[in-house]
Amino acid sequence: MSSATPHGRDLVARPYEVIVVGAGHAGCEAALAAARMGRRTLLVTMNLDLIAQMPCNPSVGGSGKGQLVREIDALGGEMGRNTDRTFIQIRLLNTSKGPAVQALRAQADKRLYSLSMKHVLERTPNLDLKQGHVEQILVEGDQVRGVRLARGERFVAKAVVISSGTFLNGRILSGEFSTPAGRAGEFPARGLSRSLREIGLSLGRLQTNTPPRVDARTIHFERAIPQYGSEVPLYFSFAGPPEQVYSLPINPVYPIAWQAAWRPQVPCFLIHTNATTHRIIRENLHRSPVAPGNIDVVGPRYCPSIEEKIVRFSHKESHQFFLEPEGWATGEVYVQGCFTGLPFDVQLDLLRSIPALEEVEIMRPGYAIEYDFVPPHQIKPSLETWRIHGLFLAGQINGTSGYEEAASQGILAGINAALYVRDEEPLVLRRDQAYLGVLVDDLITKDLTEPYRIMTSRAEYRLLLRQDNADLRLTPIGYRLGLVSEERYQAVEAKRKAIQEEIERLRRVILKPSPELNAFLKRKGVRPLNQAVSAQQLLRRPGMSYEVIQEFAPPKEALPPEVIEQVMLEVRYEGYIRKQQRQVERAKRLENRRIPEDFDYASVIGLRNEAREQLMRHRPRTVGQAARIQGVNPADISVLLVYLERLARASQGAKTRGVQR
Amino acid sequence: MYTLDDTIVAISTPLGYGGIGIVRLSGPEALGIARQLFRPAGRAWERGIESHRLYYGHIVDPQTNRVVDEVLLSYMRAPHTYTRQDVVEINAHGGIVPLREILALCLRMGARPAREGEFTLRAFLNGRIDLAQAEAVLDVISAKTEAALRVAIAQLSGRLSQRVRQVRSLLLKVLAYLEATIDFPEEDIPPQDISPDLLQAAQQLEELLQESDRGLIYRQGVRTAIVGRPNVGKSSLLNVLLRAERAIVTPIPGTTRDTLEETINLQGIPFVLVDTAGIIDETEDIIERLGIERSRRSLEQADLALVVFDGSEKPSEADHQVATLVGDRPAVVVVNKSDLPQASDYANLLPGAPHISVSALTGEGIPKLEELLIQVVLSGQVVTSEAPLASNPRHRALFQRALEHVREALHALEEGLPLDLVSIDVTEAIDALGELTGETASEELLETIFSNFCIGK
Repeated sequence: MSSATPHGRDLVARPYEVIVVGAGHAGCEAALAAARMGRRTLLVTMNLDLIAQMPCNPSVGGSGKGQLVREIDALGGEMGRNTDRTFIQIRLLNTSKGPAVQALRAQADKRLYSLSMKHVLERTPNLDLKQGHVEQILVEGDQVRGVRLARGERFVAKAVVISSGTFLNGRILSGEFSTPAGRAGEFPARGLSRSLREIGLSLGRLQTNTPPRVDARTIHFERAIPQYGSEVPLYFSFAGPPEQVYSLPINPVYPIAWQAAWRPQVPCFLIHTNATTHRIIRENLHRSPVAPGNIDVVGPRYCPSIEEKIVRFSHKESHQFFLEPEGWATGEVYVQGCFTGLPFDVQLDLLRSIPALEEVEIMRPGYAIEYDFVPPHQIKPSLETWRIHGLFLAGQINGTSGYEEAASQGILAGINAALYVRDEEPLVLRRDQAYLGVLVDDLITKDLTEPYRIMTSRAEYRLLLRQDNADLRLTPIGYRLGLVSEERYQAVEAKRKAIQEEIERLRRVILKPSPELNAFLKRKGVRPLNQAVSAQQLLRRPGMSYEVIQEFAPPKEALPPEVIEQVMLEVRYEGYIRKQQRQVERAKRLENRRIPEDFDYASVIGLRNEAREQLMRHRPRTVGQAARIQGVNPADISVLLVYLERLARASQGAKTRGVQR
Repeated sequence: MYTLDDTIVAISTPLGYGGIGIVRLSGPEALGIARQLFRPAGRAWERGIESHRLYYGHIVDPQTNRVVDEVLLSYMRAPHTYTRQDVVEINAHGGIVPLREILALCLRMGARPAREGEFTLRAFLNGRIDLAQAEAVLDVISAKTEAALRVAIAQLSGRLSQRVRQVRSLLLKVLAYLEATIDFPEEDIPPQDISPDLLQAAQQLEELLQESDRGLIYRQGVRTAIVGRPNVGKSSLLNVLLRAERAIVTPIPGTTRDTLEETINLQGIPFVLVDTAGIIDETEDIIERLGIERSRRSLEQADLALVVFDGSEKPSEADHQVATLVGDRPAVVVVNKSDLPQASDYANLLPGAPHISVSALTGEGIPKLEELLIQVVLSGQVVTSEAPLASNPRHRALFQRALEHVREALHALEEGLPLDLVSIDVTEAIDALGELTGETASEELLETIFSNFCIGK
């Protein structure tokens, strides 16, 4: 078969190895990963001006999501760096709530984020960008062959990644008005939806929503509470400050009373709804397609519409909205918290009931969108579909919500598509290894009833999966795959070594009570010493910082702050970290026990019917995964274990008689 | 969750019953746990513990230093053991009460109660038993765990389980708050002081522990009154049920002078058999001697009636009186003496209850009767007054574990440790209680978060 033919003529000089359909956050990471791993890659998008678009708010990170971005960066992905180049504000959340849950959150300049990502894609070797509308996935037997565009051209590749976002059969709902669309103002992808069905995938339907954007010139900012960005430098990327910052002159419409010295930032503004707002919403509930009782497609619980908030939490007198500028220069402001399906006139009335928005003008109304997704029991932990070899799915098509969730699946799909082309084992991350591992494992073991959003509470080992150690966890993997430079890898390994050596040293160094030390402790409000203790023990005392080590037992060479941070965490929370490591160890035996891909559940006697159906549906890769599937109980797992063992012995027995395991 | 590398413990009592019983531990911590409890009598133990050797000494509660029982202990080093793991067996002979105490101590030291068939399962998975035996293992697991699961559900209807649920939902509320503030830091979730809730949870768990210590809990099983006119074979039936009993038999003196209570354990379900037979006071009037009055009294306190008739004779007036007395209470009709020529099948007496024909003399039909008893309980026909069906040491261990984690969470709060660390212990406490109820927290937690807090982005 020739590589790209409308009418039998080759359109490209060399055939592609990986094709990525859709250039959203998943598609960009997938294409970059595949191309950076040396695969000749094509990225097809419906609109080259809307690459890495942020149709919801231009925010990156947050609890759980921030950890994902750090993991993408540690693996050699782009989202973190691209955010660092284009953010108009950044903050560290949860600083007081503990090391496991601290997370970065940034506001990007929406247009510059897109532009900057496009530039990165365009400068990446092995990567072609094309505008086009993919109509059909080409399949031969159970093998993917490429894609066909609406214009008729066909592109051939060994692996295809579909990351089509909300475009699959998308339908916008706003008040009484409803229209087919991919996002507001864009066409849906209907052919692709049809094509997915034709190749044997089943589709489900989900719904999500986005709030109105308002004109900054019509906001009384003096009636809102400004929320400023970080005083100290913060970056998503472990590489530190970006080589290039994209910015524009700040729109003077925003009142900025304080500016950080390290980088100019644009604040957000906090406002509150009131009784009038709530009355307007209540009186118009019947006009909202997403109000409770009016909709049969499930929307996300963590992202409720304002209608739902008013109905379900009727005792709450006020809800908060954040006014978030969408960029340095633009006057378009996102009203965070005001997701709604109410018609335009009601949106305007409800916003105007808030003093700061008394005279507000809406630039784009909020809307709800329904779209097709592929229920993810149909994919493997590598994100490849069970049905079609070489076909990978990433992002919202798998039922997730959020740019970060999409991007992290994107990099995984890109990596695995490249590995597939090279005929190598896929990369699968474990739950104790990465949030990305938790996310994918959840997708394939749970039955989604709403778009899936990552949360730290979903990660049972979250103390091990901190945003600050994503590099230690994942950069070696990125390096082995060819996504991380030698230099960066060596830096991470040097950091790891420095941390271990310092922890060792602190265990050995003994501090004796001395007038100077006790005076120091007194100043810090810490109980003085009456007998010698190890530096490690001293550091564990509440209120202690590394300063005491620098003063009284300094290392030979001064340590960089990121090493000190890790040392402090490891020393102070050692007990809890151990506890989590023990939990991981306990779970390992089941997590490591593989289930053959062609395992025949129908032949297993003793499984309950519900368990059998669920196992056949989800096809877990390991017994650990099987145990997490809804409707599978410990008895079923015992039965499964016995069968697997019997299977293993039967095949072993066939080879060698009498050999002990 | 379900693991294979932790240390499990159970009472493995040989067939029949008597004073001697074995508490068996299997897993990496088996020896470690035994060391904490065992006080050897001689010096042999200190010179180095040898595998496959018996040591004489005492089991001592390390907290109170009280001697629990005089025992023989053996340690079998992996891999030459039944499970291919380290195994410790404690042979105690003080009867059922010390056995239970030893079990409870092992649980307190970190062992986990073994599930049905779990020793065998480990033996199989570790290559100890062969392919042919696998089928048998499967049978054990699929037959027994299904029942155990239903028992777990069944036991959740009573007063105790209600209290367990109360504590658990209190903790779930605390966790939902912690997780909501962590995962949605930019929402206006009003700050809460969670220590009062944690303190309350700790207090409730302490109460539950005290009650299980006093034995209030485990003595309650399915109260089963054996009724029938004299000479139908009530005593023989009781005896044969006790003898056929494969697990734990606990003779507990009756609470009233004129009844005898015996507890048998059928697949994890304790049946307290209340026997009115054989206690005939010659001074009583004829009605009383027929046992009618006594039957009436014991029926009043029973969850289930075991109505015994004599199949070799025709129904008598007294049989009719017994049947009337039972009325529509949950009952099982036992037509005894199937070894003799049958005169009647008693089908028209208590036609609503299941009938079964047995011979207490030969044991014929007894296994079927046991199955029937379990079935009747599991199908929900019997509503027990104070429901808990599982054994006391398991409850106690789980309460203890939950309490320790709640205390650690409180301690972490006092120390000013961050909330994400506090949440680790709260989660573990909830998981411990969830093991009683068979519930896992993850989905429920999200539901609690989203129904309690208005969360926006």
